[in-house]
Amino acid sequence: MNKTQSLTVLKNTGLIAGLIGLALLAYGSYSDTDNGFLLWSCLSLILLGTSLYSAALYQGQIPGIQNNGVWFNALTNKGYWGWLLGMALTAFYIAIYFYPELLGYRTQEKSTGLVAFFDPLSLALNGKPATQWFMYGSLYTLAILIFGVKFIFKYRTNRYQIIRTLSVIFFQLGFAFLIPELLAKLNGDSPYFAKDLKNMWPLNYYFFEDWHLDGMLQGGSLGLFMLLFGLAMIVVVSPLLTYFYGKRWYCSWVCGCGGLAETAGDPFRQLSSKKISVWKLERWMIHCVLLFISITTIAVLWTYTANPNNGLGIAQSAIWYGLLFLFSLILVVLGGFYRKQLPTDARYTFYTIGTLLILTLALRGWNGSEPLFGISSYQLRAWYGFAIGAVFSGVLGVGFYPLLGSRVWCRFGCPMAAILGLQQRLFSRFRITTNGGQCISCGNCSTYCEMGIDVRSYAQQGKNIIRSSCVGCGICASVCPRGVLRLENDTPNNRIQDSAYPLGNLLKTMPKK
Amino acid sequence: MYVYMGHMKWEHLQPYEASFWDDNKITLIHERITGLNSSKKEVILATDLRLSYRSLVLATGSKPNRLDLPGINALGVQGLYHKKDLEQLERLTPSIQSAVVVGGGLIGVELAEMLHSRGIEVHFLIRENAFWNTILPKEEAQMIGAHIEAHGVKLYCNTELKAIETDAENRVRGVITHKEEQLPCQFVGLTIGVHPNIDCFRNSGLETDRGILVDEQLTTNLPDVYAIGDCAQLRNPPKGRKATEAVWYSGRMMGETLAETLSGNPQTYTPGPWFNSAKFFDIEYQTYGLVGPQETAIEAHWYWQHPKQNCSFRVAYNKANRQFLGVHSLGIRLRHKIFHQWLLNEKSIDQVMEALTQAHFDAEFSTIHLKTIQAAYFKNRLQTTQK
Repeated sequence: MNKTQSLTVLKNTGLIAGLIGLALLAYGSYSDTDNGFLLWSCLSLILLGTSLYSAALYQGQIPGIQNNGVWFNALTNKGYWGWLLGMALTAFYIAIYFYPELLGYRTQEKSTGLVAFFDPLSLALNGKPATQWFMYGSLYTLAILIFGVKFIFKYRTNRYQIIRTLSVIFFQLGFAFLIPELLAKLNGDSPYFAKDLKNMWPLNYYFFEDWHLDGMLQGGSLGLFMLLFGLAMIVVVSPLLTYFYGKRWYCSWVCGCGGLAETAGDPFRQLSSKKISVWKLERWMIHCVLLFISITTIAVLWTYTANPNNGLGIAQSAIWYGLLFLFSLILVVLGGFYRKQLPTDARYTFYTIGTLLILTLALRGWNGSEPLFGISSYQLRAWYGFAIGAVFSGVLGVGFYPLLGSRVWCRFGCPMAAILGLQQRLFSRFRITTNGGQCISCGNCSTYCEMGIDVRSYAQQGKNIIRSSCVGCGICASVCPRGVLRLENDTPNNRIQDSAYPLGNLLKTMPKK
Repeated sequence: MYVYMGHMKWEHLQPYEASFWDDNKITLIHERITGLNSSKKEVILATDLRLSYRSLVLATGSKPNRLDLPGINALGVQGLYHKKDLEQLERLTPSIQSAVVVGGGLIGVELAEMLHSRGIEVHFLIRENAFWNTILPKEEAQMIGAHIEAHGVKLYCNTELKAIETDAENRVRGVITHKEEQLPCQFVGLTIGVHPNIDCFRNSGLETDRGILVDEQLTTNLPDVYAIGDCAQLRNPPKGRKATEAVWYSGRMMGETLAETLSGNPQTYTPGPWFNSAKFFDIEYQTYGLVGPQETAIEAHWYWQHPKQNCSFRVAYNKANRQFLGVHSLGIRLRHKIFHQWLLNEKSIDQVMEALTQAHFDAEFSTIHLKTIQAAYFKNRLQTTQK
């Protein structure tokens, strides 16, 4: 048997194993079985089958990144398969968020169907029967695993891609899935609080909600640790890492949403729109979500501290002074020192909203008016939870992968990405370096940018790419046929070059007026 | 290329969004020009419409070279330069099982890769004894040749086209090489170079040779008429440069220069040190400075090749004073800015090799080949000086 034949055998074995695994999953969701052996066989067959399949598929090709036929394929060019998959995913998400009973979830009695199928795993990890969220978390992790393996084989000539993908898999499997479930078991019956160390505010939008704060405060030393670590992540860890490495340390190395986008979403990355109009829409949307969660969080904290005996032991007046200080600081730094780096529309929006927030706080907050913004904080957070937490990040975010590309949520919605992006744009050592004058304007970089950045528009002018939305996945550099792009961390001073033309021409440009 | 291979759609090739032209007050007219009346300062369009100008920039590009052979006008014989060529190829593709590509240069290897990506059997005919050997030294040419064959493309070196066989409907059905070998095929790609596309200026008073003759300011013999890019031929090319260069970067730099001139800052065309790049299937190529295809009485080479991977590195230097002349790399990305400065500052080969890792441009975490290369160079240098 020669190499090609053995690879074909391997590929078919993988295909069959994977299909049997999927069939078991389908069987599991239509029967009421909670047979551990079936579940383990199902998961391992899917994992093993897909790994074998992608290994054999890519080992049969000469090393190099091949995007042949991407725009001919009805799955990856918004064709009928893409629409079908999009609708199926959307339906699944609607069921999870709004109709979990369709998936077998029961609150009063024992669950059935797909949810119950995951009982053995749930019992082993956290000692309780599976919920729809446990089932979803398991499938989510499985998806990152199998598509991560495929991604590694596809980009096996690029060590940055391999290490980055291993990191994404590690953080999903360990930090998002196994550790929280095991901690939940260890922490017994104390009230729920998030145990995913990397899932910080504002991506974890309920971090500062009363029930969550109380959950952590009553959660013993683990709860207290989570509270302090969560705060440290927001204030110290994240800004430092973003300064040194750009927002990629989170968005394409650690984050679970990013993890799914980078692995399962990889075949759809080219579907993101690169239009300038969409870029404008993106800036408005993502910053509106950031504003929304900020206001909601402030309102929630305000209400929480209205009770002088609150668990945090912080007086409302302390919150008042703290916020006033924070707003003024942001206004002075962004609106003062960095105002020239903000585009006009951003600058004026920023001034307006900043002033309004400070005025509201000053006028209404002075005497402890409740609710602070005239709308009940419970109302605000219910709206955020529904519109942003469920519909945007869940249903649209993943359901629309095959139609709008893999980073819909990260690009248009994620408030975490907005904060990190602002920092990346203004205070960071990260940039994508354009290699002198080597760009030929071919457009591969822009086409395969999942964030919809028109990378070429910078590269063809010989300019470095410094964009708040860049998640540093590095695919633009990987698909560049001329070795033009490189992700780099270096001193912030030389990030933006202001030469009129790409390197190579010795002409003397006109002095600037 | 990328559209045909399904990497991109046509719209992705556009360097600017459609609104760019309007936003910058540029009117695009999609029309063929048939002539030029310089005394009236008018361009004549195929529709007989006349456009008057104050300044006229001619950037008409190239045309693929043709061969004078039996069957050359058959359906299924074409070059690859223009959008029309791409559309023609796309129309023919369903009926092509086997194709012959003639000419071992950059467009030839791209066309071979394109056809191969669509499941077509490709015979790649090269007149010389190795791929692109007018530019690439033997070792690099061999590595690329082996890589092309590893992809399943059949490479025929030292082979020229003698005739194209056609069927009753004047469609290609095969070729005959000058070795009398018969290769059945439904498509013949002619990629044997290009020449300036200047036919429409024959009787316009424009002084031409191979291309439109221009001086250092890129002006032609006619008042307020300029020519840039592939179609221009420099009367006095800068040292080390050719009179016509059908290269993207040269065209772009001419455009930049003329843009300054027309905006009131007169400039002469002064391209910096030569650089170029390409990709042959999966192997990237970069070059800075000038490296000849073989050593000469003046120019010496030092060459390194990875034992397993498709990576190589070659430096050329002056034998007499050891001045660094240029570098070729395959499978290793090099930093343009650094080499640009080294070439401008006329560094010696030893200075370049001493600082070589500064030019590292491969992705983070990748093996820094330049370290290995540096070590190999100085080991070799030590041995030669000891002798």
